[in-house]
Amino acid sequence: MDPIHQFEIKKLFVLGHIGGVEIAFTNSALFMFAAVAIIIGGMVLVTAGAGNVPGRSQSLVEMIYDFVADMLRQGAGEEGMRFFPLVFALFSFILVLNLFGLIPGFFTVTSHLVITATLALIVFFTVIGYGIAKHGFRFFKIFVPSGIPIFILPLVTLIEIISFLSRPLSHSMRLFANMLAGHITLKVFASFIGMLATGLGVFGFLVGILPLTMTVALTALEFLVAFLQAYVFALLTSIYLNDALHPGH
Amino acid sequence: MDPTFAKYIGAGLACIGMGGAGVGVGTIFGNYLAAAIRNPSAADGQFTRLIFGFAVTEALAIFSLVIAMLLLFAV
Repeated sequence: MDPIHQFEIKKLFVLGHIGGVEIAFTNSALFMFAAVAIIIGGMVLVTAGAGNVPGRSQSLVEMIYDFVADMLRQGAGEEGMRFFPLVFALFSFILVLNLFGLIPGFFTVTSHLVITATLALIVFFTVIGYGIAKHGFRFFKIFVPSGIPIFILPLVTLIEIISFLSRPLSHSMRLFANMLAGHITLKVFASFIGMLATGLGVFGFLVGILPLTMTVALTALEFLVAFLQAYVFALLTSIYLNDALHPGH
Repeated sequence: MDPTFAKYIGAGLACIGMGGAGVGVGTIFGNYLAAAIRNPSAADGQFTRLIFGFAVTEALAIFSLVIAMLLLFAV
């Protein structure tokens, strides 16, 4: 079967029409709602009975909190903690959606560019909006690094502007393409098993153990990638927010 | 020659770019490991920078992969 068939968006039911465009509740929306429900439900349930001595589930939630908070402090300093809700929401949302994708038969929401681009653009416009609101015109100092000889300053400024504008592109593409490529690779290796078994008979079943082992190993790797990409997305978010908080160095 | 051949050749050529990013990612992790063995106590503090460098380098590989995917499935 076509390895990109798994990314197909299916309409579950139609909500209505806005100017001739059909607005439907899709499997993508269903999984996003499920992810948000799991995150909020889990956090509320665990912290409802919070004690001074944390239990197993409470210490897990506190570990995730500390993990994201440490990363944000390192990336954007103590002032960056005002963006903690944004960064934590992005991290937990992407992590849960990535892990959802690894369950067989589930839809991988983060393998669609429209989702990751929306998340990246939220970060991009937050950086611009907060930077200009807080620093005014001085925000544009992030394009002009200090200590650069005057002759090459225009060139460096041009490069800085291009690199700033390409941020949402690489930010969203990274998550999207990692999830897409990982799931396609899994599907391709899994289809080798079927091809061998139907093509070569009993011998094919024996040789089919090799791609099966590979699929299991790749699934383990995909768990690492699912976590790492959520971490990278949140890490880059905190580094970009650092520009809005402390421009010009 | 059938023009669809050129599509597949182009997708293959686009993947060459991933080799360069592979060299870059290898350099980053290799140097991190070499430095971490010399001074293990400083290694944990540089983990964020390691992942940041990895992510920025990997973006280039992702771009060539996206070009290959576009050629295969979208064009």
